[in-house]
Amino acid sequence: MALEYRGVRKEFHTAKGGALTAVKDITFRVEEGEFVAVVGPSGCGKSTLLSMTAGLYQPTAGEVLVSNEPVTGPNAHVGFMLQKDLLLPWRSILANIEFGLEARGVPRAIRRERAMRELAHCHLAGFENHYPYQLSGGMRQRAALARTLAIDPEIILLDEPFSALDAQTKLLLQNSFGKTIAAAKKTTLLITHDLSEAVLMSDRILILSERPGTIVAEIRVDLPHRDEPLKRRLMPEVGQYAAQLFQHLKLEEKADAA
Amino acid sequence: MQILRNNHWLMTVLVLVGVIVLWEVLPPALGVPRFIIPTFSQTLDELGRMWRQEDLLANTASTALFTVLGFVLGSVLGAAIGYLLGMSEFWEKVLSPYILALQIAPKVAFAPLFIMWFGFNSMPKLLVTVLIVFFPVLVNVLQAMKTVDRDILNLARAYTLTRWQIFWKVQFPSTLPSLMAGLRIASTLAVIGVTVGELVGGNTGLGFLISFGSGQANAAMVFNAIILLTLIGIALYSVLTWVEARLLHYIPRSDH
Repeated sequence: MALEYRGVRKEFHTAKGGALTAVKDITFRVEEGEFVAVVGPSGCGKSTLLSMTAGLYQPTAGEVLVSNEPVTGPNAHVGFMLQKDLLLPWRSILANIEFGLEARGVPRAIRRERAMRELAHCHLAGFENHYPYQLSGGMRQRAALARTLAIDPEIILLDEPFSALDAQTKLLLQNSFGKTIAAAKKTTLLITHDLSEAVLMSDRILILSERPGTIVAEIRVDLPHRDEPLKRRLMPEVGQYAAQLFQHLKLEEKADAA
Repeated sequence: MQILRNNHWLMTVLVLVGVIVLWEVLPPALGVPRFIIPTFSQTLDELGRMWRQEDLLANTASTALFTVLGFVLGSVLGAAIGYLLGMSEFWEKVLSPYILALQIAPKVAFAPLFIMWFGFNSMPKLLVTVLIVFFPVLVNVLQAMKTVDRDILNLARAYTLTRWQIFWKVQFPSTLPSLMAGLRIASTLAVIGVTVGELVGGNTGLGFLISFGSGQANAAMVFNAIILLTLIGIALYSVLTWVEARLLHYIPRSDH
C-alpha cells in the first residue's frame, strides 16, 4: 500500500492560547514497498507526521492517505515503533508480540503461531518466555519490531527506533531491520536525525526545515543493498550522500554561528 | 561476632531476647509499680487470665474480622473511585478539592459522629475503617492513572483496542505497583480505624479490652491488647507483601 501526504499542515494550541504550526505544506508520496527516510533538525515536526499517519490525531489542513483512503483514526494498516520499545513489562516477550493482535479478535492459537513466527524472524527464538527486563536494549527493540510485524501492517512507521542504542548494536539492528523489512516488502517511513542511518537504510530521503517543518529537499539514494545496510556502509558514495544532507540542513552555517 | 554479622536474623532474635530480659528486670529494680509497667511474666500471666475470663479469642477474632472487612471494603471503594476519576479528567478536576479536604480531615474524629448516627454496634468501627482505608488507595490509584505512559496508550489506540481493553490490558496493570503500595499503607491504617472505633464506642474487640483494662488500671491487659493488634496488622501486611511479590514478579529487584 502506498502512503501519501497532500498539503498537510498541523497546528497545536499553546498553553497561552496561541497557535503553533508544527508542519506545513507537506506533500509527498511513499510508493508501495518503498523505504523513505525523513530527516530534519530536532523539533521540526517529524513525530507529528508519524502521529497523523497512525491516526492518533488529524491534520489541521490537508490529508494523509493510505492506499488512497484518508486516515481518519487508528487503523489496522499502519504499525509504528518509537525510540522507546513500549513493551509491557508485565507481559512475557511472546505475550507482548501478541498484544496488537488481541484487539482484532484473532483466536489465541493463531495469535500464538503468528507471534512465534515473528519472534523467529526477529532472531528472538528461545526468549519467548522472558520478560522485557531480562533482555538487552537491542533485543527489546527487536521484540518491538516483531510486535509491529505481527499485526501484518501494510505500512511501518519508525520514529528514531535506534537512537537509544549503542553504536555497535545500532549497526547490527539497522541491518537486521533492513533485512526483515525488505523480506516482508513493507512500505516504510523512517524518521531519524541520524544522517548516515537515512543513507544506509532508505530508497529516498526527505529533508524537513526547522519549525514549521516543510520539505526543503528530496534525495534519491541510488545505491544497492538496501536490504543490507552493513554492506551499503562500505560503499564510498555513502559519504557523499551524507555530505549532501549536511549541506541541505545548513549544518555548516550553524556550526559557524554556534 | 562474625557469625552474627553474617546472620541478621539471629541478631534480630537476640535483640528481642534482650528487650524481654530488660522488660522483666528493670521495672521491679526501679520500683515501677505493676499498674504502670507490668513485667514480661506478669503480662504473660494476664494473657492467660484474659484467655480464660475475658473471651480473648472472640474479641481478637472480632477485631481481626472487622480489620479485614473494613480493609477490603475501603480498598475496593477507593480503587474503584480512583480508576473512575482516573478515566475522567473533568470529574477529577471537579472533585479534587473535596478529595483533598477529606484526605486531610482526621478520619478517626468521625468515630463519635458515627456512634451518634448508628448507635453502639459494629457499624461505626466499620465505617471509620472504610473511611481511613479509602483515601490512600484512591490517591495512589488516581496518581498512577494520571502517569500511565502516554506512548503506550497511543500504541494501544493505534492497535484499535477498545477503551475497556485499554483499561484492562494497559492502565490497570500499569497502576498495579501503585495500587499495591496504597494497599500496604491502607492495611496498617485499617488496624487504627478498628481500634479507634472500638475504643470510642464498642463492647467487643481488642480496642474495647484496652478501654476496659485502662479503666481497671490493668496495664498488662492494655499491653496484651496492643501486642495482639500489632500482630493482626503484621499478618495483614505480610499477606499483602506476599501477594505483591507474586503479582509484580516482573519488576527486577536489587538484592541487598
